[in-house]
Amino acid sequence: MAQAAEQMLDRWSGGVCPFEAGWRKVMMWAFIITDGLLFAGLLGSYGYARIMSARWPDQAAVFDLRLIALMTFILISSSATMANAVGAARDEGARRSVSLRWLLLTILGGAAFLGMQAYEWTHLIGAGARLDGNPWGDPLFASYFFILTGFHGTHVLIGVIVLTALAIRWQKRLASREGVELAGLYWHFVDLVWVFIFTLFYLV
Amino acid sequence: MAHIPVEGAFEAEAGAHVADQVGFVRRYIFSTDHKVIGIQYILTGLFMAVVGTLLAVLIRLQLGWPAHQWTLVGKLLPAGMAGGIMTPEFYLALVTMHGTIMVFFFISYVLVSGFGNYLIPLQVGARDMAYPFLNMLSYWVALLSALVMLASFFVTGGAAAAGWTSYPPLSAVPSAVPGSGWGQTLWILSMALFIASFTMSSLNFVATIFSLRARGMSMMRMSLTVWSFFISAILGLLAFPPLTAAAVMLLFDRHFGTSFFLPSGLVVANQLLPHQGGSPLLWQLLFWFLGHPEVYVLILPALGIACDILPAFTRKPVFGYRIQVYCLIAVGVLSMVVWGHHMFVSGMSPFSGEYFTLATLLITIPMTIFGVNMMGSLWGGKLRLTTAMLFTLGVIAFFGTGGFGGLFLGNATADMQLHDTYFVVGHFHFMIGGVTLLATFAALYFWFPKMFGRSMNESWGKVHFWLTFIPFFTVFFMQHFLGLQGMPRRYYAFTSYEFLQRTMGQNVVISVAALTLMGAQLIFLANFCWSLARGRRAEANPWRATTLEWTVDSPPPHGNFGHALPVVHRWPYEYSVEGFDADYTPQTVSPREVPVTA
Repeated sequence: MAQAAEQMLDRWSGGVCPFEAGWRKVMMWAFIITDGLLFAGLLGSYGYARIMSARWPDQAAVFDLRLIALMTFILISSSATMANAVGAARDEGARRSVSLRWLLLTILGGAAFLGMQAYEWTHLIGAGARLDGNPWGDPLFASYFFILTGFHGTHVLIGVIVLTALAIRWQKRLASREGVELAGLYWHFVDLVWVFIFTLFYLV
Repeated sequence: MAHIPVEGAFEAEAGAHVADQVGFVRRYIFSTDHKVIGIQYILTGLFMAVVGTLLAVLIRLQLGWPAHQWTLVGKLLPAGMAGGIMTPEFYLALVTMHGTIMVFFFISYVLVSGFGNYLIPLQVGARDMAYPFLNMLSYWVALLSALVMLASFFVTGGAAAAGWTSYPPLSAVPSAVPGSGWGQTLWILSMALFIASFTMSSLNFVATIFSLRARGMSMMRMSLTVWSFFISAILGLLAFPPLTAAAVMLLFDRHFGTSFFLPSGLVVANQLLPHQGGSPLLWQLLFWFLGHPEVYVLILPALGIACDILPAFTRKPVFGYRIQVYCLIAVGVLSMVVWGHHMFVSGMSPFSGEYFTLATLLITIPMTIFGVNMMGSLWGGKLRLTTAMLFTLGVIAFFGTGGFGGLFLGNATADMQLHDTYFVVGHFHFMIGGVTLLATFAALYFWFPKMFGRSMNESWGKVHFWLTFIPFFTVFFMQHFLGLQGMPRRYYAFTSYEFLQRTMGQNVVISVAALTLMGAQLIFLANFCWSLARGRRAEANPWRATTLEWTVDSPPPHGNFGHALPVVHRWPYEYSVEGFDADYTPQTVSPREVPVTA
């Protein structure tokens, strides 16, 4: 016990990073926290507007929730494949192709999610949703829909691009194992944000 | 073979490659060396300070002599001061841009990004920031942001005019004021770039302080300067993103017809706007969620730096180091939960007002302890009144004086009367204007020898101090009383109100003092430039101080520490250890030579 405490103190006494990780991971965590607060700001504003609004539309009537549920399922599954990619990358005994295969599956999941989101946007815009108004009720409903899903979709798109670059670099033996882990952290974060958006915007 | 670095996480040699850079461009312009980047930030910030000061000159000309015709100024600024008489719209742009430039482009750049970049790796014993390339990128984005902000003076309608807080509807409706045209759009874009740049440098600060400390540099052996940069970077990372969200939403309101901040039934220039459902209060909430922590992002480094300059000129340890660290942390936490005290008059529920009053007044506890400890650091010391020390004493004086004003403004009952008066202007100029300004000067005089290998002229430095301290105190102390008399801020023609006409004399005195203050800065600029070229050569440790940067040459070489990184054996305030001749012991001296006291 005392020894464990001493070891912990040692880690903080300089010369090593106090967490069992390099500065890259520390920086990635800090970035995730700050990026998370960006979504907190958007979601908080959305909550504020919704509480103030007298005629917020019934989401079930606007969205096809089966489609949204499928999107959510695919994105969460892509988190699972990403976790496998990271696990395979960390395993020094595993072949590089194992991790690559999981990475490609993750990219596929992300791309499928983006495609379905593009379909959903097209569908809603066709039904009359605009940034400044919509046929269902409070104009802010569509404004917040586009800004929330737009910001999140951009994050997914960046994630897909990063993962693709990573897969190529991994195949060429340019990417490090830690690199896979960092991309994984970002990907899980983007998925987690979607869980909040799904719950707070589509379900509640 | 790449691997996940666990034990090898500490990249002792990170940055060693910097020494190999030879070309002028890579070394001094697109440099990844934290020292060069720090100096680039400082020079950019000083340039922006000159711009911000010139704007303040115009503001004071208008307030001191409202009816006077400034023919010469009129010729220089035909748009805003045609015939030498200022237009009200130009006045609004002046106060907006003065605030924005001074807060974001002067103090943030010089004090936080400039000195933060320069000092953190040197003081924690690292060769560079954790991610030097990101650091370089952060500077170039910052420069771009400053250029966009300056460019907004030259677009149709002029610069943004909705105040540095950019409250909608003024900032959200392009037809509301001339400055709400392209000027406001550029303001938003510039702030977005600023936030991106500030985030990059804060990420570096946090990662460097966590991961790259030299052997023996435990958290409780870090100088208060590093501690304050650490807390300030964390606050920046937590507080800025909601403003990013708000800025994007404001941009959408302006250009894409959304109504995030615009309520129904708004009439501007006799036209009913089509917006409906939004709330301008949402902007205030998001803005101040950033805005309040932001003032601590700026003032904490000022206080940390003051605590580090004191011991060098009192020859004794800073008083209550541990408590100072706890105070910095406590203030950091509290600063995140008090934003509502900027909104007491917004129709807030009295219960919320009560909470925000209480939370705000709680901040006075750690801040008072911090201030009293700074005074305690003087007690029994052998004071050497160098220029840096004078400015540091000024920091303590301003911190105390300005802090008292905060007690009134933090209290909802008193704030109802004082809100948006010159009492507020006086208060925040003492705190994020004065404490940070004096700390910036203290830091510049103190670390100038380290940065450039030459010392600044002390005699002119002292003249500069007195001509800064006295006029500054006059201007902003008097403004508190203007506020008590009911003079509102941001009024172009306050003389139109009969009850304010008797403040005319005071406004003339303030304007004269303010112009003296601004003129005195020419002494500083001359001294700075002259010392760069002709100043006395500085040795490695001219102030006989203990922190790591003083153990290397002035200016430090690329990679900072030569072949081996330093090993730290003691805290940074080992002054006048009993029974030893040298009255200071650098952090690298082993305990076999001089005993460790803390």
